[in-house]
Amino acid sequence: MPAVVIEDVHKRFGPVEVLKGVSLSVEAGQVVAIIGRSGSGKSTLLRCINGLEICQSGRIEVAGHVLDRDPRRLRELRKDVGIVFQSYNLFPHLTVGENIMLAPRIAKGLESAEVRKLAVDVLAQVGLSEKFDAYPDNLSGGQQQRVAIARSLAMRPQVMLFDEVTSALDPELTGEVLVVMEKLAKGGMTMLLVTHEMNFARNVADTTVFMHQGKIWEAGASAEIFAAPKTTELKSFLGAGMH
Amino acid sequence: MTTFGWPEFLFILRSAGWTLLLTAVAFAIGSLGGGALAIMRLSRGRVLAQAAKAYILVIQSIPVLMVLFMSYYGLSLFGIELPAFFAASASLAIYVSAYLAEIWRGSIESVPYQQWEASSSLALTRTQQYRYIIIPQAIRISLPPTVGFLVQLVKNTSIVSVVGFVELSRAGQLVNNATFRPFQVFAAVAAIYFLICFPLSRLSRYLEGAMHAGRGH
Repeated sequence: MPAVVIEDVHKRFGPVEVLKGVSLSVEAGQVVAIIGRSGSGKSTLLRCINGLEICQSGRIEVAGHVLDRDPRRLRELRKDVGIVFQSYNLFPHLTVGENIMLAPRIAKGLESAEVRKLAVDVLAQVGLSEKFDAYPDNLSGGQQQRVAIARSLAMRPQVMLFDEVTSALDPELTGEVLVVMEKLAKGGMTMLLVTHEMNFARNVADTTVFMHQGKIWEAGASAEIFAAPKTTELKSFLGAGMH
Repeated sequence: MTTFGWPEFLFILRSAGWTLLLTAVAFAIGSLGGGALAIMRLSRGRVLAQAAKAYILVIQSIPVLMVLFMSYYGLSLFGIELPAFFAASASLAIYVSAYLAEIWRGSIESVPYQQWEASSSLALTRTQQYRYIIIPQAIRISLPPTVGFLVQLVKNTSIVSVVGFVELSRAGQLVNNATFRPFQVFAAVAAIYFLICFPLSRLSRYLEGAMHAGRGH
């Protein structure tokens, strides 16, 4: 069974229809890159998957949970679906370790010894073991974003969503975050990422989805999408991005 | 006519104790009310939110003096004679609750909405979000304006002298009536207010600086 199933999803903000019938299926272990211009609906689609945006019609099933508005069921879904944001959104009043341990402890009810071990593990995974007791304010943007990834990983999610996670970073800090994400992808994590990093999409994502005007305009194996785009819209998008 | 000597000064100093006590009681009770009102105001229950909003609007739009007159003179019409201290602290607490409710609601609302998104994405319940994520950050944001309001409160307690309660200002008036040394007497009274408020103001400024330094967000 696919890890993510999206069927004919429509979403409007007031009079503006942002998603005009989007369908997408992602197998477990697959990495899917979603590309497109700003306003094409790609971030909105990602945020619909974990219920941060509520779509008006259509069906979304992720990690075995059917998305609905009931808070209890939504929380069950979110225990299995991690999201990382463009602006990191770490909790500034908590240390790195506390940021990571909070949700496994209070949302999943794990023992504190277990949670601590979990935090140590995921921090090592993103290469920041020495920052356990640091506060987010004392970290660089790249480090904060790696902590945010570790915080999501500590929930042991089945699916991870990445919403333009390197867009707020200086070029030299982008690399360290992408390295962590590539390692995750190789480790078999199911990942959906909205990104402007075309090289990353081409080299790491199995599938690339090009969104345009609220629809999936073109989708396919990343190698093909980048080597031989079919629609003029994708050609012009990739052309503009290359220079 | 007596002179402004040591006994008179001690009388003023003791009255400063009443000012402090009145401030403390009004602030303590007002905080409880203000906290409850802030949460009501932000709750999803429309009736609760509207009731809190109406209360805050009414209290902020009338002078505290009217609340004081109503609780002291008004209630006595019905045979309820409140002791002056009780009427004074109750009236001030009502005033404090309406203002703190707004300060604290503003503080809660100024926690960036991304903090709500991040914590809800980690499967926290709304109560857990308030307790672990939102309130701790809101408290930091609210400290400087809350302490600033406390300084105002210390000075505003002087209005309760109108119902005959002898606090710092009223004590100064009484001593002046007996000694007619307005400059010495009121300078002493002012100095005592200053000694109470100045450290609080400094604390507020310090907190403001510390909060900014602690938030590179």
